[in-house]
Amino acid sequence: MFEVIGERINTSRKLVQAAVAERDAEYIINDVKKQQKVGASFIDVNAGARIGHEEEDMRWLLDTIQPFCAIPLALDSPDPAVLEMAFSMVDQTPMVNSISLEKERFDAMMPFLDGKECKIIALCMDDAGMPESSKDILGRAKNLIKELNGVGIITANIYVDPLVQPISTNSNKGIMVLDAVRAIKAEFPEVHITGGLSNISYGLPQRHIINRTFVALMMDAGMDSAIIDPLDKKIMATIQTADMLLGNDQFCMEYLKGVRSGTIES
Amino acid sequence: MTDFNAMTDALVSCDAPTLTNLVNDALAADTPAQDILNKGLIASMDIVGEKMESGDMFIPEVLMAAQAMGSCVEILKPLLGEGEGASGASVLIGTVKGDLHDIGKNLVAMMMESAGLEIHNLGVDIAPEDFVAEIKKKKAQIVCLSALLTTTMPAMKQTVDAIVESGLRDQVKIMVGGAPVTQAFADEIGADGFAADAGSASKMVKSFIN
Repeated sequence: MFEVIGERINTSRKLVQAAVAERDAEYIINDVKKQQKVGASFIDVNAGARIGHEEEDMRWLLDTIQPFCAIPLALDSPDPAVLEMAFSMVDQTPMVNSISLEKERFDAMMPFLDGKECKIIALCMDDAGMPESSKDILGRAKNLIKELNGVGIITANIYVDPLVQPISTNSNKGIMVLDAVRAIKAEFPEVHITGGLSNISYGLPQRHIINRTFVALMMDAGMDSAIIDPLDKKIMATIQTADMLLGNDQFCMEYLKGVRSGTIES
Repeated sequence: MTDFNAMTDALVSCDAPTLTNLVNDALAADTPAQDILNKGLIASMDIVGEKMESGDMFIPEVLMAAQAMGSCVEILKPLLGEGEGASGASVLIGTVKGDLHDIGKNLVAMMMESAGLEIHNLGVDIAPEDFVAEIKKKKAQIVCLSALLTTTMPAMKQTVDAIVESGLRDQVKIMVGGAPVTQAFADEIGADGFAADAGSASKMVKSFIN
């Protein structure tokens, strides 16, 4: 099943930041309920934007969200202290967003992850910057998987983010990441592939059609999760339809259910 | 009389062969290389920047236009006298410490370079003290800081603070940019300007110089 990580609870979004600053629980709860209703698998929670307030904001958000949330959370912070606190507050095995190969981040995250039961998003980023070829992405993914396996995280709990880059700056950026995903899945069939998609369309007009077309291609390559806005009806419909076309929807039941409920339209 | 408008049309339509022909024709008609560069190519690239800012041109087109312009500058280079190419202003640009993103920053650098400025692109993950050292070394008048992450925005403030402490603040204008950066943030950390895209960044630098 394709897993959507709902990206809406993020204090870098204006309305969320205002709700968090004013401790407007109703706004946050409603948003989380909506994301669950349309089929999110995880609710990402990022409290990082109000500089100096991350820990208290994260604590308040988790306190607010937990009682109304039936699905697991993705704890989104670069700070192991904030993550440690958040980890102790959740009542379902969470996802942690994220680790990368950047030395400072990697060294901070590994002791936190050691022996913990969680899912982890692994960014193919290292101190040299963004990856520059599909081989480069594969190499970084291999490294991350090996290191994470070493601290007890099984491959099936790892969500590799190959880092989608703007096609506007180089026409090969689409095929580069698609090839990388195929190569990673060939070597590690159990690993998940996730990530944000909207980077692909940066710098171009009519971005949504690029994002939607790209998610379908990425799913064929092996992407089985994405960090997106689940209230974007059109991308959710594309994902569900692509899932059916890739043979993951027996008797097309989910597709038909989506059409009847009005979530999928031509 | 050289028709510089035709060069603008060619550049805006990303038509490298036509632009090259126009430059060669202008040279054949004894138009000074310096005029072709300033009134033809740089002026045209300014219009490309404006079109980018207004959403009439997009990144791939701007890249193509810059490439076309670059190949024409190569034709002119041997004909330009010493110091005739650049405007004389030295501009530093880099992504702040802890941040490895460079796509936006490189676009800004490219637009400024096409505008005839002397650009020193320091790269990514640049520490405040390294910005300070480079300001001295390159005798910079403008410093452009880039950050793409909310987690690295504080490094912009640290860089501004380091420039203040070094006593160099009065010699430079500081500009900031990057997806999460706003005018309010620029004001808060004491930067001189904020630009939302490469076109307006390039325009702002010129306004600081003039």
